[in-house]
Amino acid sequence: MIEVEGLSKQFVVRRGRFRRERHIVEAVRDISFRVERGELLGYLGPNGAGKSTTIKMLTGILVPSAGRVQVAGLDPSRRRIELARKIGAMFGQRIQLWWDLPLIDSFELLRHIYRVPADRYRASLARFREVLELDPFLSTPVRQLSLGQRIRGELTAAMLHEPELLFLDEPTIGLDVVAKQRVRDFLVEINRENGVTVLLTTHDLGDIERLCSRLLVIDHGKLIWDGGIAELKERYGPERMLIVDLEEPAPPLQVEGARVEKVDGPRQWLRFQGPAAELTARVAATARLVDLQITEPDIEEIVRRIYQSS
Amino acid sequence: MVEPVFLWRRLVGAQIRSQLQYRASFVLDVTGAFLISFIDFVAVLVIFHNVPQLGTWNVHEVALLYAVSSISFALTDLAIGHLDQFPQKVRDGNFDILLVRPRGTLYQVICSDFALRRLGKAAQGGLVLVYALASLHVDWTVGRAALLVVAVPAGTVIFASVWVVGACLAFWTTDGGEFTNAFTYGGTFLAQYPIDIYSAWLRRFLAYVVALAFVCYFPSLYVLGKPDPLGLPRLLDFASPLVALAAALAAGMIWRGAVRHYRSAGG
Repeated sequence: MIEVEGLSKQFVVRRGRFRRERHIVEAVRDISFRVERGELLGYLGPNGAGKSTTIKMLTGILVPSAGRVQVAGLDPSRRRIELARKIGAMFGQRIQLWWDLPLIDSFELLRHIYRVPADRYRASLARFREVLELDPFLSTPVRQLSLGQRIRGELTAAMLHEPELLFLDEPTIGLDVVAKQRVRDFLVEINRENGVTVLLTTHDLGDIERLCSRLLVIDHGKLIWDGGIAELKERYGPERMLIVDLEEPAPPLQVEGARVEKVDGPRQWLRFQGPAAELTARVAATARLVDLQITEPDIEEIVRRIYQSS
Repeated sequence: MVEPVFLWRRLVGAQIRSQLQYRASFVLDVTGAFLISFIDFVAVLVIFHNVPQLGTWNVHEVALLYAVSSISFALTDLAIGHLDQFPQKVRDGNFDILLVRPRGTLYQVICSDFALRRLGKAAQGGLVLVYALASLHVDWTVGRAALLVVAVPAGTVIFASVWVVGACLAFWTTDGGEFTNAFTYGGTFLAQYPIDIYSAWLRRFLAYVVALAFVCYFPSLYVLGKPDPLGLPRLLDFASPLVALAAALAAGMIWRGAVRHYRSAGG
């Protein structure tokens, strides 16, 4: 579905008040990856790492400085219009709906822009109305919609022409918990039911954990991780945490194969590697246990570690 | 061929509907545009109050010239006047949205607004035309009438092409609005007067670089049956439609090249 090889993008920036100097900023440096049909993958990186620049090259908005891109079998910048029929795009900070018109009018206009046949349009609109619960605000002008409502409208707008591939740039930015969940459910559904390939950039690691089986991580324009979330955890965060509640407060436990990270009254946090059973037995032998739990390293921490190590 | 026109009507219709949501401001805008352009023509009358002729042109002849230029300009302004906000769209990255839709970008930009409020200017041009035709004693022939009818759309296309080329600058400078205005509004202003009153370099610039002399100067000469004070080939009198076509093609090509320099905006 997507093939990227040696993709780079440089921007020339002129700085200085009197003597203007040319600086070359390498936004994306020599990245390569492949995405198969039906994947749902996350594209992650700190601000300014090159995420949006990559997406813009994949959608035909920007012309690459070097490298080869194929999206749905087409070169995006050369065959932009053909590609536009096959892909949907939603950029969290850009508004593609008509600001002063009722939401439904925007859908009507898009139907004509994309030349969607009337029956297909009716069928998909009926479905999005149900799944995204659009009915209460379908005839409200877009400028009066809440952010959550507007994002649901934008998602519908991006999907009305039944694209094979959906690009989402920060789809859940600024949404509350309920709205976020609704968007995530929707993405899972279109990915499973319609086989739509989804590539999303996000800062929200919750999006990544709930949605994506595969992750691309970019930093300073370079691709620094391409793989599954489980492997990522294994590689960067093999240590887990055992949290024990003792009968009464005690000094930090001395147990082989673990070190105490934190003590708070009767509760202690132990960091360890490997199977938990032996460690638990050893802890139980040295102190009187009331309760225990084991936590996996959270992805947020792992990502922080990746950025630091790159 | 027809479908893009229907879509344009649909999109522009949507824009007009949303403009009419702010009704009071719409009425004020139309009236304001009419009054401002009315004063503009008063300035021409003031000149003729002081001098009987500009070159070989009397006030009625200049009024015809002015009317053709003014109507063409007003139609351009109606259809694509929103190009002056285009640099903003390039700077804040909202041009992105147009690039992910399956239509030409220039077409989408043209469809993105329709400033109905500028109708006031077209109304003024129409009134001046009525005044000019009533006071001139044109010796009407089929050719003259036809040329006058064709001159307005041709002039509109020429103006529009100059504006589009000006807007292309936005892809490099991100904010060259004022420089562009010098050509568009400045050129329009100069085109309202007969070009033979200008010095040679300015005349050549108007005639051959921005092609604005073809908007009204040459067609007016023919309609009035005036000999060209500059003695240029008379074939130029009929060249406006061809010049318009060439200008539109050139502007389209320049636009296509310019879009490849689009850099979007962060975020």
